[in-house]
Amino acid sequence: MKLLATTALLAASLGSALGSAQVSAQDLSVTITNLTHGMAFTPVLVAAHTSSGNLYDVGAAASSSLQAMAEGGSLTGLQSDLDGISATHDNSGAVLMAGSSATVALNTDGASANTKLSVVSMLLPTNDAFLGLDSVDIPTAEGTYVFYLNAYDAGTEANDELITGGGTPGVSGIPADPGGMAGSGGSGGVAGADQNTAVHVHRGAIGDSNSTGGNSDLNNTVHRWLNPVARVTVVVN
Amino acid sequence: MNHRSKNRWYLGCAGLLASVMLVGCDSDSTPASFNVTVTNATNNQPLSPVALISHDSSYSAWSVGSAASTALEQLAEGGANTQLLSVSGINAMSVSGAGAIGPGGSETINIATGTSAQTELTIATMLVNTNDAFAGLASVDVSDLAVGESMTLNAKVYDAGTELDSESAGTMPGPADGGEGFNANRSDASDFVRGHGGVVTVDDGLSSSVLNQSHRFDNPGMIVTISRI
Repeated sequence: MKLLATTALLAASLGSALGSAQVSAQDLSVTITNLTHGMAFTPVLVAAHTSSGNLYDVGAAASSSLQAMAEGGSLTGLQSDLDGISATHDNSGAVLMAGSSATVALNTDGASANTKLSVVSMLLPTNDAFLGLDSVDIPTAEGTYVFYLNAYDAGTEANDELITGGGTPGVSGIPADPGGMAGSGGSGGVAGADQNTAVHVHRGAIGDSNSTGGNSDLNNTVHRWLNPVARVTVVVN
Repeated sequence: MNHRSKNRWYLGCAGLLASVMLVGCDSDSTPASFNVTVTNATNNQPLSPVALISHDSSYSAWSVGSAASTALEQLAEGGANTQLLSVSGINAMSVSGAGAIGPGGSETINIATGTSAQTELTIATMLVNTNDAFAGLASVDVSDLAVGESMTLNAKVYDAGTELDSESAGTMPGPADGGEGFNANRSDASDFVRGHGGVVTVDDGLSSSVLNQSHRFDNPGMIVTISRI
C-alpha cells in the first residue's frame, strides 16, 4: 500500500469542512459486468477504505500484493493490506466470464470512515493485465451510480502471451484461459520486458490466428479488448 | 424487477387518468421533443442509418451477456434498422436516420416522445465494415433533461455475438467488402452481446481479413448529444 501523503494531509485539514455526510455508514451493492469480448476476470476484489492507502497508482510501481493479483489473480496480499488500514472488503468469489455480472455487497456500518471505493481483478488470459477503479468517492445519496473501468498493465511481467501456468510473481507466462479459446505452442516472440515498469494503461493483447504455433497463444479475434473493459454499478441503499 | 414495478405504476396511472380527467400523475404530462446529434468518431467505418427509439422503462434493446434479438442482429450484421424500429406492444416511438453517416460526419435527428412515460432513449447503428459490430446507447434516462438542456455521451462499440468476427471476404456489407449482411445463422462462438475487441485486419496479423489498418477503431465509436427542445 502506498500512502497518499498529499491526499491524507488534505483530508486532515478539511476534515471538519467535509461535513457529516462523509462519515455516515453506507450499505452498498456493487455489480461488476465483464464488457470484454473474450477475457475472464479473476475473483473481483471490492473495497471501501479511507484515503490512507490505495491499491495502485498509475505511474507508480506496483506493490508486491498488486503484482500477485495482476500476474496470478491472488488476492491474499491485497486483502492483508486492506485489513491493515481497517478497510471493508469482499470479492466476487468466482471467475467472471465475458458478458457476465457479479454482485458484491459491502456495508460500512462501524467503519464509516471508509468512504473510498476501489475495485481490481486480473484479466485472463494475460500476463499481468488488471482492471481497476482507484479510490473514487462513494456517493452519499441513495441511488445508482455507474463507473466504466479501463485495463491496466502492472508493469511487472513481459507480455509474452504464452499460457504456461505461470501465475506466481516473477514466473513468466499466463496461468490459464478459463474461456478455453486460446491456442498453444506460441514462440513467445510477442513482447519482451515492459518499457514502462510502472502501472500503466494496457496497450492490449496482440494474439495470432495460429492455434498451434505462431508468436502468441492468444487468439487475435477473441482475446483483444478495447477500453472500457468493465462496468461497475454501485447502488447506494 | 425495477423496470417491471415502474411499468406497473405507469399502467395504474393511465387508468386513473382515464377516469379522472386532468389529474396529473407525472411531474410532466407533456410529450417532449429531442434533437439527437450523432457524430461518427471512427476513421473508416461508415455508420448505417441510425435507429433512434423513445420508450418507457420496460424496454431494453440489448443487454450485455444476453443473446441479441433478431431485430438487433438485423441491424448489427446488415445495417437494417427497420425491425428494431418496429417496437410494438410497449409505449414507444421510433425514427430512422436519413442515411449512412461517413467517418467524421454528423446527423441531427429529431424525435418527439409519445407520452411523458417515455423516459428513455436508445440509439444504435452498425459499423458497416465489420461482421456484427454496432455502436449504441441503451436506455439513456432523459427524464431529468429540462427544455434547453443537453447531454453528450460516448457510445461504446459492442459485438452482437451473432456472427463470427472472421473479417473475411463476402461476410461484411460495408464498402470494404460488399459482402453479406444479415444471416439468421448464429456463427459466433458465444451467442451474447459483449464489448467489441476491435478488428484485427490484414495489417495486424489476420491474413484472411479483407480489412486493413484504416478500419481499426477504438471507443467511443460514436458521440451522441441529446438536446431537449
